Amino acid sequence: MAQVAQAIKPRAGGQIWKRVKLLTESPVGMVGVFLVLFWVVVAILAPWLAPYDPNANDPSTVPDHIDPMMDPTPNSVYLLGTDNQGRDLLSRIIWGSRTVLIVAPTATLCAYAVGCLLGLLAGYYRGWVDTLISRFSDIVLSFPAIVLYILIITRLGPSALNVIVAVIFIASPQIVRIVRGITMEQRELDYVTAAKMRGESSLYIMMVEILPNTRGPLIVDACLRMGYTTIQIGVLGFLGLGLPPPAPDWGGMIKDAYAMMSTAPHMSLFPAIAISSLVVGFSLLADGLREISLRD
Amino acid sequence: MTASQTGQASSLDRQPAAAKLAQPILEMRDVCISYVVRAGQIDVVPNISFSLAKGEALGLVGESGCGKSTVAYAIMKYLGGAGRITGGKILFDGRDMGQMSPAELRDIRGSRLAMVYQDPMSSLNPTMRIGTQLEEVPMIHMGASREEARQRAVKMLGEVNLPDPEAIMDRYPHQLSGGQQQRVVIAMALMAEPDLLVMDEPTTGLDVTVEAAVLDLVAQLRHKHDTAIIFISHNLGTVLRVCDRVGVMYFGELVEEGPIREVFTNPRHPYTRGLLDSIPTMGADKRSRRLSPIAGQVPSALLRPDGCGFASRCSFCDPARCLTGEIPTISMSDTAAHHVKCVRINELPQHRRFQVVSEDPQEAMADKEQAEVLTIDHLHKIYRQSVGPFGGATRDVRALTNIELRAQRGRTLAVVGESGCGKSSLAKVLTGIELATEGKVKLIDWDIGSTPVEARSQAQKKSIQMVFQNPESTLNPSHTIGFVIRRALQRLKGLTASDARKQAQDLLRQVNLPVEFAARRPRQLSGGQKQRVAIARALAGDPAVVIADEPVSALDVSVQAAIINLLIDLQDQRDTTLVFISHDLAVVRFLADSVAVMYLGRVVEYGSVEQVYSPPFHPYTEALLSAAPVAEVGKERERIILEGTLPSATKPIPGCAFATRCPRKLGGICDNEPPPEQVTPQGHRILCHIPMSDLIKLNYQAAE
Repeated sequence: MAQVAQAIKPRAGGQIWKRVKLLTESPVGMVGVFLVLFWVVVAILAPWLAPYDPNANDPSTVPDHIDPMMDPTPNSVYLLGTDNQGRDLLSRIIWGSRTVLIVAPTATLCAYAVGCLLGLLAGYYRGWVDTLISRFSDIVLSFPAIVLYILIITRLGPSALNVIVAVIFIASPQIVRIVRGITMEQRELDYVTAAKMRGESSLYIMMVEILPNTRGPLIVDACLRMGYTTIQIGVLGFLGLGLPPPAPDWGGMIKDAYAMMSTAPHMSLFPAIAISSLVVGFSLLADGLREISLRD
Repeated sequence: MTASQTGQASSLDRQPAAAKLAQPILEMRDVCISYVVRAGQIDVVPNISFSLAKGEALGLVGESGCGKSTVAYAIMKYLGGAGRITGGKILFDGRDMGQMSPAELRDIRGSRLAMVYQDPMSSLNPTMRIGTQLEEVPMIHMGASREEARQRAVKMLGEVNLPDPEAIMDRYPHQLSGGQQQRVVIAMALMAEPDLLVMDEPTTGLDVTVEAAVLDLVAQLRHKHDTAIIFISHNLGTVLRVCDRVGVMYFGELVEEGPIREVFTNPRHPYTRGLLDSIPTMGADKRSRRLSPIAGQVPSALLRPDGCGFASRCSFCDPARCLTGEIPTISMSDTAAHHVKCVRINELPQHRRFQVVSEDPQEAMADKEQAEVLTIDHLHKIYRQSVGPFGGATRDVRALTNIELRAQRGRTLAVVGESGCGKSSLAKVLTGIELATEGKVKLIDWDIGSTPVEARSQAQKKSIQMVFQNPESTLNPSHTIGFVIRRALQRLKGLTASDARKQAQDLLRQVNLPVEFAARRPRQLSGGQKQRVAIARALAGDPAVVIADEPVSALDVSVQAAIINLLIDLQDQRDTTLVFISHDLAVVRFLADSVAVMYLGRVVEYGSVEQVYSPPFHPYTEALLSAAPVAEVGKERERIILEGTLPSATKPIPGCAFATRCPRKLGGICDNEPPPEQVTPQGHRILCHIPMSDLIKLNYQAAE
């Protein structure tokens, strides 16, 4: 009997570990974890992994190698070939992962902070607060996202910071929608009434009683949104609104190369593979997380 | 008292005499039902055998998680993706259902085998008219034409006592009340005149008066169509009303089975005894006896122990014999069809129900006057609804009309009534979630009726706390139990974190929870344990008044008894005033000192518990009492079935609110003039046109 009691008793910190274990049972989720972790490791180890300076023209010192200006296709010196300026594609992709993996999570996180706050306020207070926040969100949502991105970035100028500002502005209304809905449901539940009856402040109720219970749907949404933001950053780079040159930027690399799609497809193909593998990684991870959340 | 031991009885020996003559309609032979999950195969019902004769009604009772519904779904062969029948045979009319093809199964489901579920709304398609849904049954199963089908449907709706069947045919499900919906579902199940009807908690979501009507209907239709019924319920009283035989299930096993009157008057298995002892009965109150809950809870099916599944909770457990080996099913020789799965059956003392007297019954305190803690005077609550496409126009919904109630220190004021009677609106006004439209609510020295909870002083908040109905939403799933209680102590008592930690442990002990529970989260707790935590949270600031809104109605009877005992004990120790809102008349009889019966926002009867539960009755109280299911053989009452519809709460009612359904209606005076409030010198109030002296006479006439 004692062993049984031991088995039932939850261990401290066992919850998170249990969830990780559950995730390992979802093949889809594991592929996602693998893809995302792959790029995270690449970004962290970029200085050691990248064979050459990403911004140098024909950086190799190997004697007698093929001149990138004559033949930019992959060869034994430049494993993924070189771009139209003779820069090593592999090194640029490796360094470019840093840009994406810093900008996308930061932007998503900031969008969440803003979206959660506004969503909580709208759902909790309702009335005119809700009308104000919801109408504003509706207006933002009614514009095509890409038009808004172009508008904001051309106004503020291309930089990592402004990309983040644009993502916050465009993504947070959708987060507001989700959080507002959950908050409206939660505020009617008995434990919120109990909190009011013991005299908790509205801020406490929103932050401590309601916010933690929105995490289930939000974690899944955050993973999807991370992928979506990655695409957006790629698109902005492609439009020339990403990071200012010569910083390596996957979207920008495609833009520089797409004119030569027929003669040198590798120049746009490899950055495109990089973007899509990361995006697919994020969505598979989201699928895996959703699968776990349905299990218990 | 001798019994013949049949060991692992084969199901053939165990058929009741009646069933031996004719082929049983359903026979379960050593059926094993399992769920396949990640952890492996779990045998939730390891071995069950019983048979059901044509036209017979078998009740299955037991706590939640005992496998009652699993058995029902297995009979329907509808166990879902993870469920399997891994052993034995289910014979339907002599044919093995395991051998049937999916097409054959489809054919008998609906035509010969039908099921009624707990929630009628989920068995009706919300986008289809009632008529269309009913017509489908004969058209698919009998090849009837639409015209024939329609005629049959109208006839069936008439048989389930729905007024104006033609009109109902054209309605959508949401346009019907819960009781009407359930009648439509029953009509649909009976359309094809099935041989077997499986009913899974068919009346659980319904009000008592509606439940009584539905139960009567089931009993009546069963005899008319000679339908066999498997009736699953957690409520022993409803089973007694409908069934001939009862099977008591515990932990996936049929621990006792026999004729229902025999089992209820002479229960043999300790679990059956425990179930019967844990329900309050109409005759008893807290001063005469205590309820006896069954300790512990149903164990997880993953850990099926050797020997008897009930041993861990059984007070008669003999470790030498109960914990090892197969427990045989023994047939009682005094009644042929009474079987019990227990090794100690011949050694147990004769069970005497209602003889469990507490060692220290509460001394009679009815005559001691206590200070009034809560005084409600002329309280009105009107909700303003906006109507019309732009919300410009408004209409008033009268939730509470002229409420006058008193609650004394250390006493329990119970508020009873059916859904929509205004019980919960009253609780909301008391707690400050809603504001009174008119009138006064006095808590100790403060008038709190028009102070919203945010504007109440800390002392006022501290003085009135609440225990909620739904154990699932009463605790925040993100917070540990310890956090919940510590926070309440810090806020309401102003304690420091370290003091709160110490006192939280005391509080947990007082509600009989182990101190280790502080580290757990709500989802690791059972429903009863969650309610204990909710009680601890409410008591954290030593409130003068605790409002308990149906605190036990979502719990199993065995757990319910423990929570009621806990409430009584804590009230005793702390002299707390309890406002107990409930629809369960037996629980109120047991727990309350004074009772208010509410109907449509009005208090129609108010008095001490003895006054309200004995004549003169308000006609509504009388109907409620007659409708309440009683799990006592020989105590069933003549039922008063309430017909008619509730008047709309949006229109002012010139006369008596109950006039549209009142079986004792005098005539025009009831419709047009508000009833006078009659008060006896002892404080018993009745809101009725019939003089009290006549109400007493009416009741005695009914008794004769």
